[in-house]
Amino acid sequence: MKFKHYLFSAALIATTLSFTSCKETKKLPVYGQREAKEVKNADGTVSVDTVYQTIPAFKFLNQDSTYITNDTFKDKIYIADFFFTSCSTICPTMHRNMKEIFEKYKDNPDVMYLSHTIDFKYDTPSRLKEYAKKLGVDGPKWQFAYGSKDSVYKIAEKDYLVAVGEDSTQRDGYIHQGWLVLIDKEKRIRGAYDGTNKEQVAQLMKDIPVLLAEDKK
Amino acid sequence: MRRRLLSLLLLCTIGLIVYSCQDAGQLRQDIYYTNGRDLYIKYCQNCHGVNGEGLSALAPPLTDTIFLLQNKQKIACYIKNGLSEQVTIHGQQYQEKMPDFPTLANIDLAQIVVYITNSFGNKQGHYTPEQVADDLKNCK
Repeated sequence: MKFKHYLFSAALIATTLSFTSCKETKKLPVYGQREAKEVKNADGTVSVDTVYQTIPAFKFLNQDSTYITNDTFKDKIYIADFFFTSCSTICPTMHRNMKEIFEKYKDNPDVMYLSHTIDFKYDTPSRLKEYAKKLGVDGPKWQFAYGSKDSVYKIAEKDYLVAVGEDSTQRDGYIHQGWLVLIDKEKRIRGAYDGTNKEQVAQLMKDIPVLLAEDKK
Repeated sequence: MRRRLLSLLLLCTIGLIVYSCQDAGQLRQDIYYTNGRDLYIKYCQNCHGVNGEGLSALAPPLTDTIFLLQNKQKIACYIKNGLSEQVTIHGQQYQEKMPDFPTLANIDLAQIVVYITNSFGNKQGHYTPEQVADDLKNCK
């Protein structure tokens, strides 16, 4: 019996120790599909490498009616989301929270934002421009993207893993999830946070410096 | 000792009567206020914010006490039918379209009006469903 007690406390100490020692090397997980790929090394040997899911090349019009591509976000981490300007449900809350992050990292050139509209009928670039201005975030740091229904809905569901859709039973005409998706410099998904949930947004604020620190090494 | 106890009891009873008389109206307003807060969270808070601060230039704040006082008879109309005309709040112009909420009943509207006009620095007292019904007849 006593032995069991010792074992238990030993285990407890071990876990505490491992938790505290982990603190130094905290890293965000990588989300999405992954596959193993054989790569040839320089010395001719073959080893296995992991290939992670990444955001593929894209091309959308932004609020200034100029094209943005994945190169716009080269060497940046960015937060992506899906919304529409006439949305009266979750979007205002998401962007209220996202703007808070925007204000916090205003002076950091490595952090950007990308909001895709899912209202391909109404949210033209000029409409997005007006929205950005009124939200008070108009500038190159926060891009608002307009694209065809196919291109936006496909990248949402397949690559950012955010469900979007048209729904005539809803008063606004569209449904979508409120994820704020954190993308790293290698275009991998490193986190998804519910943009309407204060605690998750706070977690995102904590995770941004962790992700930024990864590249500094 | 017994007399003192009795007189104390009497005093308490009288006090309670006076207190509850004063509070009949206040109590009704408090009930409206609490229900109004739940409705506000559900229908209004996304845009107007938890503290009525609004959202940049997209949604106006609800802290302009003078505007709310002058337009109290229009608030029910704004909520029920939406608003697309330009409004000036705190000297700033807002012209984004506000959505309509046609399914809300008069009592819901009255409760929201009570909540809004007694929060965020406003203190306008009670509002009844009958007043809302009158207001709705005069909507533009």
